[in-house]
Formats: sequence, C-alpha cells, structure tokens
Amino acid sequence: MKHTLFDKIWSDHIVRGNGEDPDLLFVDLHLLHEVTSPQAFEGLRISDRSVRRPDLTLATADHGTPTINRALGITDPLSRKQVETLMTNCEAAGITAFGPDDPRNGIVHVIGPEQGLTHPGATIVCGDSHTSTHGAFGALAFGIGTSEVEHVLATQTIRQKKPKSMAVTVDGELPTGVTAKDLVLGIIAQIGVGGGAGHVIEYRGEAVANLTMEERMTVCNMSIEAGARAGLIAPDETTYEYIRGRPHAPKGADWDRAVEYWSSLQTDPDAAFDTEISIDAGALSPCVSWGTNPAQTVPITDVVPSPDDFKDPHLRDAAQRALEYMDLEPGTPMTEITIDRVFIGSCTNARIDDLRAAAAIVDGRKVGSAVSAIVVPGSSLVRQEAEAEGLDKIFISSGFEWREPGCSMCLAMNDDVLSPGERCASTSNRNFEGRQGAGSRTHLVSPQMAAAAAVAGHFVDVREWTT
Amino acid sequence: MNPVGVIEGTIAPLPRAQVDTDQIMPQQFLKRIERTGFGEFLFYDWARDAEGEMDPGFVLNRVEYLAAKVLVAGPDFGTGSSREHAPWGIADWGFEAVIAPSFGDIFRSNCYKIGLLAIELPTDAVDRLLSLGAADPSAVVTIDLDAQSVIAAQVEETFSIDPFAKYMLANGLDEIGVTMLEEESIAAYEAARPSFKPAVSNS
Repeated sequence: MKHTLFDKIWSDHIVRGNGEDPDLLFVDLHLLHEVTSPQAFEGLRISDRSVRRPDLTLATADHGTPTINRALGITDPLSRKQVETLMTNCEAAGITAFGPDDPRNGIVHVIGPEQGLTHPGATIVCGDSHTSTHGAFGALAFGIGTSEVEHVLATQTIRQKKPKSMAVTVDGELPTGVTAKDLVLGIIAQIGVGGGAGHVIEYRGEAVANLTMEERMTVCNMSIEAGARAGLIAPDETTYEYIRGRPHAPKGADWDRAVEYWSSLQTDPDAAFDTEISIDAGALSPCVSWGTNPAQTVPITDVVPSPDDFKDPHLRDAAQRALEYMDLEPGTPMTEITIDRVFIGSCTNARIDDLRAAAAIVDGRKVGSAVSAIVVPGSSLVRQEAEAEGLDKIFISSGFEWREPGCSMCLAMNDDVLSPGERCASTSNRNFEGRQGAGSRTHLVSPQMAAAAAVAGHFVDVREWTT
Repeated sequence: MNPVGVIEGTIAPLPRAQVDTDQIMPQQFLKRIERTGFGEFLFYDWARDAEGEMDPGFVLNRVEYLAAKVLVAGPDFGTGSSREHAPWGIADWGFEAVIAPSFGDIFRSNCYKIGLLAIELPTDAVDRLLSLGAADPSAVVTIDLDAQSVIAAQVEETFSIDPFAKYMLANGLDEIGVTMLEEESIAAYEAARPSFKPAVSNS
C-alpha cells in the first residue's frame, strides 16, 4: 500500500479509530490566542475540567494588540479584557503565554516556527484558520473552532474524519519578480474558494521544492483561502536547516532521531491522491485581487473582469456584488487602480524575507504623497532582526510607519482600521467585505507589489522595477 | 447541548454565494469573552445601510422573516475564518439549521458542535428553497435528522451527514465527555510518544 505524506502523519496520530467513525487524533502542539480561547477556558471551568497538557500548549496575544504606543497598554477596554483573560487563564493552567510585552510576542503562526516548535510530522491545531501555515514544515496543521479548542485543552486530542487528499504540483521555475504569494494566489484563482474543500493539499513539484521556508509558509498559509482543511509540503534539508538551533528544536540525540523520522515523511512514489492539479510556475505573473474573495484575482497585466466573464450564475452574481463593493469598472487595467493605504504585514507576509523584499523596492524611493503606508512585523523577534539590518530606517525614510508586531490591519481588530471606501494594497490573506474595516477595499498582493504600489500610488508591475 | 430531532419552521432566504464568516460575524464583535448574545450582530454590515441605519430591505430585518428557523444561502457558505462566533450568532438569532449547496469545512464542524444543523443540498434544491422562502415567507420546511430529509412545497430531498456527527446531534452529547472515556488510549499514546516531539518549555 502506497501512502501520501498526509496519510503517514494521520496514521501516526491515531489514538483511537475504527475505520468508520472520525478518528481520535493526538495533538502535538496546540496554539492559543486571545480571541478564540476565552469561551473554551470558561467551558472547562463550568464542567470542572482541567488542561491536560499545558506543556504542549503555547499562547500569544496578537489579534487585538496595538502596533503603536505599546507602552501605554491596550486602550480598547474589550481587547484589553480579552488579553488579560488569556494571560490569567494561561497562568492558572500553567501554559506558557507570550503577552504583549514578551520579547517573543508575535502573530501565532509566526512564533511557532520561530521558536522551533513547528516540526515535520506534527499535528498542530489552533483556533485560527491560518494554522495551515505550519504545513510548510510537513506538519498536519489546521484551524479549529472554540468548541474544539476546549476539547483539545481537555483531552489533547481532536476527533476528525479523515479529509481527502489533493496534490497541487507546481512544475518549472517561478519567473523573476513572481513570488510565493503570486503562486498561491494563482492556485486559488484557478481552483476557487471552495476548490480545496474537504481536502488536505500537498504542494509538490520543482517550484515548491525550490521555495525557502518562509515562502513555503506563505503558500501553506493561504490553503484555507482555497477552502482546504490544510496544506503541507514534504520536509527536506531546507526544513531541517530552518529548525536547527531554534529554542525548541530537538537537541543532541533527539535531533538525530527527529531527522531520521522526518526523512521518512515523503509521499511514496505512485501513491494516489483523490484529486490532482497541475500548475506551470513559468506561466505565473505578479497577481492582484480585484474582488472580495481571494479567488477573484488576476495578473497585474490584466484588466478588471466583467461579471459576464463568469458562466456560473452564482459566481457571476458574486462578481457583480464584488465590483459594486470595490467600486471598480470592468475593463480597467489593474495598473490604473489607485490606492490610499498600504499594509505590509500578517501571518502571510510579515517574516524577515518579506520585509527585506519590500525594503529593497522602497530603498531610495518615497511613498506617494496621497498614500499612507505601514509595516507591521510578524513578531518582536522579526522586528528586532529587521532593525539590526537597518530595514526600519529604509522604511521610515521612504515614508512608511514602522510598527510593533501583531495581526493588525489584516483583520482590523485593533486601531489599524481603514475608513469606509479606502482602498488598500495589502500583503494579508483576505479581501473580504469589511475585512480591514467597514466599507474597506482590500487588494491582496505580494510584499514587493505592495511596496511598489506605495511608491507609485497605484498598482504597478514590479517586474518593470526590478529587471 | 439539546438533542436535535425534527425542525419545522419558515425560511429566511439569503441568495448570495461565497458568504464568508467575516460577513456572518464581523471582527469588531469578536472581542467579547462570552459565548452568548451574538445574534444581534449577525450579518451586521449587510443589515445596515451606508449611514449605519438598519436597512429595512435586508431579509433578517423584515418582520415576515423574524420567526424563521432555517437559513438558506448560496454555495461556499461559511468559508474563511474559523471563528465559532459565526454559528453562535446564527443560533442566537434563532436559526436551528442552515441549508446551502456547500459549506466551509471548519464552519460546518463548528455548527455541529453547538447543535446547529448545516445541511448540504444540491444547488437546484437550494434554489427552489430560496425561491419558496422569497415568494412565501410563511412557507414551512421540515427537516428530519433521523430520516435525513428536507421537505417543503416542491422540495423533497435527503441529505447526507457523517454518522458520528448525527449520533452526537441526535443525542445532544457532550463530545469532551465522550472522548474522556478514551483515557486509557490517550494515556497509552502519550506514554509511547517519542521525546523528540514538540514540547513547550518556558526557558
């Protein structure tokens, strides 16, 4: 019997299964943040239950934390209460929590890998859909709801019916100026927001093997935007090198045993997937979303589509609604869309390489006079590393604001909110209606494309700047 | 959790595709630490006009739909964010079931956990329910979990549901309690778990 990487991780974690009902899976790492955990802890208290494995649980405050004037604390009383509740709950349960002032604080999906806790072959869950990010390491990582958070806290297990498997094979090489963000946006545009529903995606092929760990995280992060339960990439030397030496990486003899195990986590040759998709990396361009879901994306060289371009009546209606919400005319070249705001940040694109790439574009240039732009590093450690390299100075001298870490304007739960009607070039993952504030208009792009748009005041084909 | 049996009630039609959970429960309402009271924020931005006033045309603001028990919507309902606040809002508003051609996986799972039925029906059946609900707000739909059936005027469909989820819903069982009966298996798994696996140390 040939097995996929996904099959192998799944079967290694079955605590109890009968082949028919959902399997009971062991959870290797449970990540928490302040927004989706308070009701779970409350549920435990009501039922007089305790946290089974605080040593396999890590918390951070990220969704509602401010990115400026951090020393003043959280001024929004509801967000402050939420973070205080997280810290109190974690302290009572003996769970390590990186509060707003901890030097290791940051976005939950940035800190797991950063701390060396995200391992190949691990099962990782979090009350957050972008948990798929950790799949970049060959982990089975997926988002769960608050009831499931409570279940994992109490039992360190989760009951899941095994999803189907999907192979997304990306052959060839990504052209210069085309990033991992463009790759995943291109995949989502091809298969749609429900294209991966009920599946775990394994990204494979030459172009995927050549990605850095940070690029792999960008790709796996947005698996959920194609509706997939999770996305993963087989571990290799690139993976091991990234983990080696990090605070929670296995040490000594454990390291050798770990690498031996991780090396076995490859899809067997000729293993069958339920669904297979192929993408030609060489045919991809820098992408910009035009609508209100991530599948509504086109190459920068294209124009805003017309609802008539969609045959399916539901997709046509969705396109019509999206164009009205986004205030765009069909046929408008994407390069003619002007922007008010730029957000470089989020669990998709706020790691050090993302900041380096954006800084390289803005170095020696100025942010457009009508544009307000911010950079929000993914974690305090990313921020520190960027400052050690002088990236903060490049951003600040070009006119960007240099902020403290957090989810920030990706979902606008703190003060980083767009005004109604404002249009933003954003390196985040969702362009839903109101995502960055009621009435906000979001265009998803790579860090390079966001940086170039900040300077030009409209979208540009960043390849014209870099070649 | 209350057991789910037969749901009999009227339809609130929401003929929109790709309704993500950000629309169902916008982010500004995720700051609360309670599990209840989310109904008034359901579809917050869609329920209001540009000035922030209640839009009398929005389906959930129309008096003839205030007693609806079944929300019917287009494909890919509940995609995006894992926020359980979305199904909390739907249930708190008074819905007992959501019917759509397809759902986001996490959303569907979250619904089951709180005793809210998420039912997938073929697109043409959903379209008929949408038309029925729009034409006649008093039209009744009957959902029978045991028979896995949805019956209304010109609609007679069966739906599939994972047998375990059905069992839990039909009996209103506490899943954590059920899992805790597996203590022996969990402890055995933990005992055999290799030392190189991830663990958090606060050092």
